[in-house]
Amino acid sequence: MTEQDGRLTLLSAKGISKRFGGVHALSDVGFTIGHGEIYGLIGPNGAGKTSLFNVLTGIYEQNEGEFIFDGQPLTGLKPNDVAERGIARTFQNIRLFANLSALENVMIGRHVRTHANVVGAIFRDAKTRAEEKAIEKRAYELLAYVGVSKRANSLAKHLAYGDQRRLEIARALATEPKLLALDEPAAGMNATETASLRGLLEGIRRDGTTILLIEHDMKLVMSVCDRVLVLDYGKKIAEGSAADVQKDPKVIAAYLGGEVSLNLKGAA
Amino acid sequence: MHKLLDPKKYPRGAWVGIVLIAVALAVLPFALAGIGTAWVRITNLSILFVLLALGLNIVVGFAGLLDLGYIAFYAVGAYTYALLASPHFNLHLPFWVILPIGAAVACFFGVLLGAPTLKLRGDYLAIVTLGFGEIIRIFLNNLSQPVNLTNGPQGITLIDPFRIGSFSFAERETIMGLDFTGPVKYYYLLVLVVMVVIVINLRLQNSRIGRAWEAIREDEIAARAMGINTRNMKLLAFAMGASFGGISGGIFSATQGFISPESFVLVESVMVLSMVVLGGMGNIWGVILGAVLLSFMPEVLRYTVGPAQERLFGRMLIEPEVIRMLLFGFALVLMMLFRPAGILPSALRKRELETVEGAE
Amino acid sequence: MQLPGGRVDTFLQQIVNGLTLGSVYAVVALGYTMVYGIIQLINFAHGEVVMIGAMTAFTVINALAGAHVGLPPIAIVLAGVLVAIPVCMGVGFTLERAAYRPLRNAPRLAPLITAIGLSIILQHLAMIIWSRNPLPFPQIIAVHPYHVTGNPDGATITNVQIAIIVTSVAMMAGLLALVYRTKLGIAMRATSQNQSVAGLMGININTVISLTFVIGAALGAMAGVMVGTYYGIAQYQMGFILGLKAFSAAVLGGIGNLAGAMLGGVLLGLIEALGAGYVGDLTNLCQLSSWSDAIAERCVNDPNLTLFGSNYQDVFAFLVLIAVLIFRPSGLLGERVSDRA
Repeated sequence: MTEQDGRLTLLSAKGISKRFGGVHALSDVGFTIGHGEIYGLIGPNGAGKTSLFNVLTGIYEQNEGEFIFDGQPLTGLKPNDVAERGIARTFQNIRLFANLSALENVMIGRHVRTHANVVGAIFRDAKTRAEEKAIEKRAYELLAYVGVSKRANSLAKHLAYGDQRRLEIARALATEPKLLALDEPAAGMNATETASLRGLLEGIRRDGTTILLIEHDMKLVMSVCDRVLVLDYGKKIAEGSAADVQKDPKVIAAYLGGEVSLNLKGAA
Repeated sequence: MHKLLDPKKYPRGAWVGIVLIAVALAVLPFALAGIGTAWVRITNLSILFVLLALGLNIVVGFAGLLDLGYIAFYAVGAYTYALLASPHFNLHLPFWVILPIGAAVACFFGVLLGAPTLKLRGDYLAIVTLGFGEIIRIFLNNLSQPVNLTNGPQGITLIDPFRIGSFSFAERETIMGLDFTGPVKYYYLLVLVVMVVIVINLRLQNSRIGRAWEAIREDEIAARAMGINTRNMKLLAFAMGASFGGISGGIFSATQGFISPESFVLVESVMVLSMVVLGGMGNIWGVILGAVLLSFMPEVLRYTVGPAQERLFGRMLIEPEVIRMLLFGFALVLMMLFRPAGILPSALRKRELETVEGAE
Repeated sequence: MQLPGGRVDTFLQQIVNGLTLGSVYAVVALGYTMVYGIIQLINFAHGEVVMIGAMTAFTVINALAGAHVGLPPIAIVLAGVLVAIPVCMGVGFTLERAAYRPLRNAPRLAPLITAIGLSIILQHLAMIIWSRNPLPFPQIIAVHPYHVTGNPDGATITNVQIAIIVTSVAMMAGLLALVYRTKLGIAMRATSQNQSVAGLMGININTVISLTFVIGAALGAMAGVMVGTYYGIAQYQMGFILGLKAFSAAVLGGIGNLAGAMLGGVLLGLIEALGAGYVGDLTNLCQLSSWSDAIAERCVNDPNLTLFGSNYQDVFAFLVLIAVLIFRPSGLLGERVSDRA
């Protein structure tokens, strides 16, 4: 377990490659994320960011390479096993359980850490009832944590867009992840909502969860991420602190085609 | 105060309603018997459909798995009972031994059907389950050679009724001055079974397992990402649904005294599926209502449409059976076009509307 | 079932029968595959459309034949076909317009259940119009067997079978030409690959989809006539099983894939014919007489102890379907459907 800026490594990736027929979605990607970091993943559209998420969380299997999470390899695990190991994610296109209430969505997040089976469900013994109460209580807590408690009984599909994104985060947090992988959580948000999201992310990190963040909103990335990985055409072109990466000519070229220099004032 | 007596949770009105329903249910068979014993039999068949619909509701309503061959489990349960309690093999096991066996056999077939279908998308799953249902019916129809297992299209007759000691469900008796015919006795048994099944379903729905099923129904990929073992949950849904079907089949066998493959054709699977759809998938009370409506309709039609046509046209233009199927087909299409969520609004929607109004 | 000519001839006869049946399956399968390819819907009602084609045509054919107008048999059959095709096209169009179009964006369950409902409605309307009794095909065609091999007792192929195969091939060729050589065909292929983008490119999606249904229905009408002619009767329930089998064929070949539907249809026809012909012999337990005295004893009197006879014929199509969906869900030639995430 190597150290990175004084942190222990939570996730390390080496040589990750994924091909779909002739398309090289990922080529030899490697990176490390330390405990307690907020780690950004950026790159132009089509760079392979969501593919990396999908490979990490078991939706696809990589052709080559290996992930080591918390000391254990993730090879060949199915998505539900990955969640059980402690990686929870949100989706680029929001995948909530649309016809269930916000509360139920978060309660479902508790599934992987609870145990009641069919027998318990039917007979409602004391242990099951206690577990159900705890699930509901924790769900309300998480809804309050992300700021959606007023809408606890609304159907997920009826929530405002920003609330849906937060709900998805609450649901992911319900699985007690060690690593929270967020796929463009700020997409479609205005400046106020984004600032509020930033507060939430910093709070999550303060409370002990490491965050991996795909984002296009550069202000958010630069202000909240400790380190950043930059992908382009499935390849890693830079990894380092936010400040360093934003000055890297390769990164600027990837986003803008090489000519113009990018004047990104880091947000205060 | 015990939570059942808490007036805020269970208002006075609800209690009155429950008592009224209980009384109505208790008195119903005798009222119906006054019109004709046939109506008690029809009611019993209707209750059996309610059981089937509740069972399928687990598979289709909770878990979102489109099963078009559900009647096969009913058939398996029915034939298990018939083979173990009739002169066919000369076995006469008591019903409380056979019904669990029937449930287990049906459960086994449920898993057998479910296992290869786990990766199929919705419409393919429908076709495969339809195929399984038909295969089972064809086998039941043909397993009279080389060894006579099912007696083929002739079916199995002289099936034993339920018996507890010397009390037989088939015999007509006078108890406490009331006339208990066979069907009336089965009626009370069925009502008891239905109540138990309803409680089980309600508990399943409001449990970790029920939520996992609903997650799978809504978005399987997200469900998996949240740690749900979708493979096992789906198999569990199939297994539970099949078990309910199997038990219902056993009771069906006993009440009829005779079964044949004809009772387990595709149209019956579609009928049960429609009950679930009509009721609003996942909505337990809606499904019960749907089952009652759809199972009583043909009987009502038979008693009204036939004579009405005679009076209007002087003869039977269209048989009630055909009208029933036409209406049924139209009901399916119109429901999907105009009210896909079912005839009863979902309780969840109601709660949502209440909270929104309360919070404003 | 053995032909007096011997085992090769029996085999050839099954091949002939299988090819004939298979061509019909192929044509019906095209209807299913085109609709699935373009809107990802299993058109359960397609089998009923085929049935309506058969029933309509038979009504006309019986009327003409009974009126003794003196037309040659070919003209009578043609007249039946010419009436059946527009009727079926109308039915197909109505189904799409009234029931499937409003549900185009609904969750998958809704159009599926609607399709089942439509299938039930059509079947029972047919029962009302034509009654439960099957319509016979009048004896107007002189069935002429041709010997496949030189053997006069051997496998034969009749003129009717030849006509069916030739017509099917012609229709398949025509459809391929339409889809790959015309503007409409390009529009259809574009719509099936990516509906929204095709719309943005100026293609009228609604028209294209309606036309897909209508063309499929026309093909179905022809197939209905062929099936009815082959078996000699048409009946209100014939659509269901035929439809299911044709759908299995479409899936076998790769749903959405035209060539796949054709291949699948022919293959399924062959499997069914060979299966029905041989499964009795293959599963005749009397073959195990040398292993078991009990069986040997039983077989002395009756050499037929078949486990699965030809009455299990329908099961083959289902088993093929299930096997394909489990082991090779994209079919033999690969499916052609758009990404419906």
